Order: sequence, then C-alpha cells, then structure tokens
Amino acid sequence: MADIYVYITHKNGVADDSALELLAAAHKIDASAAVTAIVTGSGADLDKVADALAASYPKVLKFNQVALAYPNAEVVRKLLVNILPANAVVLVPHDTFGMDLSPGLSIKLDSTFVADVVDIEALDGSDLKLIRQEYAGMVSTHISADIAKGAVINVRPGSFAPDESQSASGSVEDKSVDDSDLKVQRTFLEVVEAEMGDVDITKSDVLVSIGRGIEDEENIEIADDLAEALGAVVSCSRPIVDAKWLEKSRQVGTSGKTVKPKVYIACGISGSFQHMGGIKGSPFIVAINKNIKAPIFQVADVGIEADILDFLPEMTEAIKAM
Amino acid sequence: MEILVCVKWVPDTAENEIEVNRDGSDIERDDLVYSVNEWDNYAVEEAIQICDKVGGNVTVVTVGDEETEEVLRREMAMGADNGLLLHDDAFDGSDGRGIATVLKAAVQKGQYDLILTGAQADDGAAQVGGMLAAMLDYPYASLVNKIEVDGDTLKVGREIEGGNQEMNAIAMPCVLSIQTGINEPRYVGIRGIRKVASVEIPQQGVDTLGIDAAMVGAIGARVKRLDYFVPDLGEGAEMLEGSNEEIIAKLIELLKAKGGLK
Ligand SMILES: Cc1cc2nc3c(=O)[nH]c(=O)nc-3n(C[C@H](O)[C@H](O)[C@H](O)COP(=O)(O)OP(=O)(O)OC[C@H]3O[C@@H](n4cnc5c(N)ncnc54)[C@H](O)[C@@H]3O)c2cc1C
Ligand SMILES: Nc1ncnc2c1ncn2[C@@H]1O[C@H](COP(=O)(O)O)[C@@H](O)[C@H]1O
Repeated sequence: MADIYVYITHKNGVADDSALELLAAAHKIDASAAVTAIVTGSGADLDKVADALAASYPKVLKFNQVALAYPNAEVVRKLLVNILPANAVVLVPHDTFGMDLSPGLSIKLDSTFVADVVDIEALDGSDLKLIRQEYAGMVSTHISADIAKGAVINVRPGSFAPDESQSASGSVEDKSVDDSDLKVQRTFLEVVEAEMGDVDITKSDVLVSIGRGIEDEENIEIADDLAEALGAVVSCSRPIVDAKWLEKSRQVGTSGKTVKPKVYIACGISGSFQHMGGIKGSPFIVAINKNIKAPIFQVADVGIEADILDFLPEMTEAIKAM
Repeated sequence: MEILVCVKWVPDTAENEIEVNRDGSDIERDDLVYSVNEWDNYAVEEAIQICDKVGGNVTVVTVGDEETEEVLRREMAMGADNGLLLHDDAFDGSDGRGIATVLKAAVQKGQYDLILTGAQADDGAAQVGGMLAAMLDYPYASLVNKIEVDGDTLKVGREIEGGNQEMNAIAMPCVLSIQTGINEPRYVGIRGIRKVASVEIPQQGVDTLGIDAAMVGAIGARVKRLDYFVPDLGEGAEMLEGSNEEIIAKLIELLKAKGGLK
C-alpha cells in the first residue's frame, strides 16, 4: 500500500472539520496506514494548526511560506507536485478549494482522480472500491478506481464520522521549498465578502425555505404568506437566487448562509448536500415535496408528499383560522 | 477573442425522476428528457456576452454522438457561432480523464484564448475543466462567477464558501469552469432552434484528432462505474398520511411541540 496523505484546509488557526473526517476516510482505505497531514500557509496561525493536528496524525508536514499565505489552488498544486512521492494517495475535501485543486493535481501526478466520494468500501490489490452519488443525489454508484499509480480522492464534507481518538502524538516537520518553484499564472487578489441583505435568515427560529419546486417568481407569495402566519422568515435554495427571484442573503447552503433554526420547512427542495450543508444544529426538518423519492425525505424528520402550490396556501389558511 | 465552450447533453433532473434499471447496470433511459447541462448554459451565455463586448467567436464542443449533438444546436440557437462534435466509438466508456484527453486534442487543433466548461455535470464530478487545464498546462480557476476582460489578462471571481468571492487575475489562454448565477442565460425560442436545425456540424474522431485510442474510452479508464443503486439510508422521514386537512392538523401539533408555532 502506498503512503496516504491528507491535505488540511484551515482558517484563523483552526483546522477545518474535514481534517479528522479525512483521517477516518484514510483508515477506511487502510486501517494500519500511517497517515501524513500536509498543511500550508504562513505565520502563527499555521503553527497552531500544525501543532493541534499532531495529536491526530503521526506526521505533519508544515509548509510555511508567504506564497502560501492564501491557499491559491494553483500554487498549492505546484507545491504538492514537487513534494509528493510517486504513487501517493492524497485525500482532499470536496469543497470549493478541493474542486479547484484536485482534478489538475491528479493529471500532474499522473494518478487517478475520484471526485466527491461519500464512502469507501474496500481495497483489493490496487483496486479501490468507493461510493459516489450522481444526478443530484437521486442515485448512488459503486466505483472501482485503479490506484496502482496513486490517487487523488476528493471526499464529501460530512460523509465520514471524524476520527477524534487523538491517539497519535505525532511530529511536526518544518518544510520549505524555493519560492521560485511556486510561480503560477493566476494571482490571488482579494476576498470580497458576501453582502448582508435586508433580512438575516440566520437569526430566525423558523424558516420557510423554498426551492425550484416553487416553479415561478409569482408563487413566492404563497411562501411569504405562510411565513407571515408562522412568524417565520423565507429562505431558499440556490436556483431561486440564480434566477434572481430572491437575494443571495436568503440562500441556505455551503455557498450561502449557515442557519441554525429550531424548525426548517423545506418546500420543493430536493436536498442536495450543498443545500443541507448549510443547515446546522439539528433543527426539526419538515420536507414538502411532490416526489416521494426526493433525497430530502431521507434526512427530514417529517415528510409530506404534496404539491406545494396547493399545500402551502391550505396550511396558511389553517394556521390563520386557529 | 476565440472562446471554446465544452458542453454536455444530460438527463434533466428537474424534469425526470432518475431511477435505477432492473439489473442496476444503468439508469432507466426510456422516456428520459435531456437538456443542456445547467452549468454549461451559463458558460455559453458568458462566452456570448464577452464576444459581444470585445469581439470574437464562440465555438461549442461536445464529446458525444449523433443524438447528443443536439446540445450543440441548442447552444448555437442561443448564439454560439460554431459547433464541433467529437465522436468516435473509441470514446465510449471514457472516464473524466478520457473526456479531457479528447477535448485537449480538439483545443490543440484550434486557436483559443479562453476555454470554458461548466462547474459540473450530471455525475457531479466537477473534474473535466481542471484536468483539461492541467493537460494543456494552462492556468485554471473553478466555480467562476465573474469575468472581466483586461487585455491578455482576465479578472475572475470564484465563488467560495459562504457566498464570498475570491478575486484572481489569470493569464490567457486559460480554462475556467463556470458556476450558475454568473449571468441570466437568454431564453431560446422554438424559432431559434429551427434556424440551426439543418446546419452542418463538423465531426472529429480518433484519427483526425490524433489521439492514442488506448488512452481513452473504456480501455483507458482508470475509474469505472460498477453499478447504480439506491442506498438504504435507514428510516428517513416519518411520512404524514391522510387528507390535506388531516396532515395539516398533525403538522400544526408537531410545529407547536417543536417551537415552530406559538
Ligand atoms: C459548488 C456548489 C455550491 C452549491 N451551493 C449551494 C448552496 O449553497 N445552496 C443550495 O441550495 N444549492 C447549492 N448548490 C446547488 C445544489 O447542488 C443543487 O443544485 C440545488 O440545491 C438544488 O436546488 P433545489 O432543491 O431547489 O432544486 P432541485 O434539485 O431541482 O429540486 C426541486 C425539487 O422540487 C420538487 N418539486 C417540483 N415541483 C414541486 C411542486 N409543485 N411541489 C412540491 N415539490 C415540487 C422536485 O420533486 C424536486 O425534488 C451548489 C452547487 C455547487 C456545484
Ligand atoms: N462529454 C463531454 N463533452 C464536452 N464537455 C464535457 C463532457 N463532459 C463534461 N464536459 C465539460 O466538463 C464540465 C464538468 O463536467 P464533469 O467534470 O463531468 O462534472 C461540464 O460542465 C462540461 O463543460
């Protein structure tokens, strides 16, 4: 078995949740593997992350360079290509950074790429069996990946239970490379923060959230009415924002807001992982969807198979009549 | 500016229930409604808007067959200038790397300043754009939701977590994968589609592209799909049954108990 490496993403001196999820994933590939963490950045924040990781990883490789202060995927890819041994297996979170980094990394390493893995079943020789989802999560697939020449595997955030055993007491190795080896054709300029918007959906205990099932901009009214009757706020999935029917600040999900309501009423939302990734704190989830097979019914507490265009107005009337 | 946009014809998840066939070897393909991959539609719209501003041509390309060629006509009806079909039996069963290998050969036969892909397609891999860029040794940025042309350089915004935007300067030629919401793709009426219905679309295969057939298709694939299945995820939601009136009465009780209704 080749060596397994995990690329750690971090922010403000704290490793992302994926750091321990990927460790668990690595052990699912090979239970006895000594897994190495790779962490890049600069300054005191980086030291903090690396030291904390050593509790979980037997070996932490720390790259402290100005060129890596912001994780520009093009720069990180160059670094990894320079330092990884042949046939390495690299695990990366399937988030906006991993999507930027990994496909190209696999080409440069001449290794196999598997995207957005949700589970790992078995390694048999160089044949790694994994599970993915397709068609917006409506069906799953078993995948066979030939990792004889190594692999880059992007793992879906939240799909492995974090390995919190902290059983490593590992070492941190300070590494560095020549800055001239990190020159790329893409320069990071700045991060523009998302706009605040007129309502703060993160403050509401109850959210009436609408998805593509609302079908038409005019129909949003029926969600407004229900929210008003409930004393709730209207939030939405991404396609509603893409269509410019509601402001970006109302979008729930990994590329929108993270919400922690008491009750989340999902109306005409299929339940993609990017959407569900924005719902934290285990709220009571009610899903209303006309397709009994919609993935949202797997994660909701209560499901109603109905057309929201009929159901929501009826519900509003019933609440008003109370 | 010469822009190449990679596009794919996919089963439309908003129009179909995707179901696994009897033996799990495929999804049920009968009566499936196909459409342009949602992300690719934004990519083509962006390419057209860039050329409207700075001049140039938009070429749309797909790795597919005579049936999936329809995706090229849809995008030409939208305003793309040229279509290119990359078709060969040797391409069947390609993994992402195989598709990128075919596209790379097509890019090298042309003269493109900018190559756009969608952020992801029906199997949610989000891989072809990044692979293509690495094969070409071009710089790459994914999940792009803003493009400004500035001479030989582009200023691009990438969507990152929380809806924040990471701004980058990137040199051309480059590959960008486009995120939904970057623009509002124009509506294409039936008239537009009729206009391009009989346009001749050039085809290229292994020989014209100069591809080693062992690198693509099922033979070249290092990643293989073994089956399709519907996972058993345990209990799932408690489904409320009965008439709407009964369901609503139950729901109101539940909402009261959970703090959703005072
Ligand atoms: C990098 C990246 C980041 C992303 N970030 C986010 C994010 O932050 N938030 C987000 O939401 N998405 C995000 N997405 C998009 C995500 O993958 C899905 O495409 C999106 O969540 C789907 O939204 P939806 O459920 O509203 O639409 P669909 O998946 O189209 O589902 C619509 C649902 O409505 C049902 N329906 C249709 N009509 C009716 C009716 N009349 N009555 C009842 N039910 C009906 C259908 O059965 C279906 O289940 C992201 C994607 C990428 C690639
Ligand atoms: N068969 C194909 N032909 C042309 N472009 C493709 C094909 N498959 C994928 N792409 C492009 O790659 C993008 C990402 O797809 P994927 O990596 O399959 O998720 C798509 O949005 C397309 O732009």
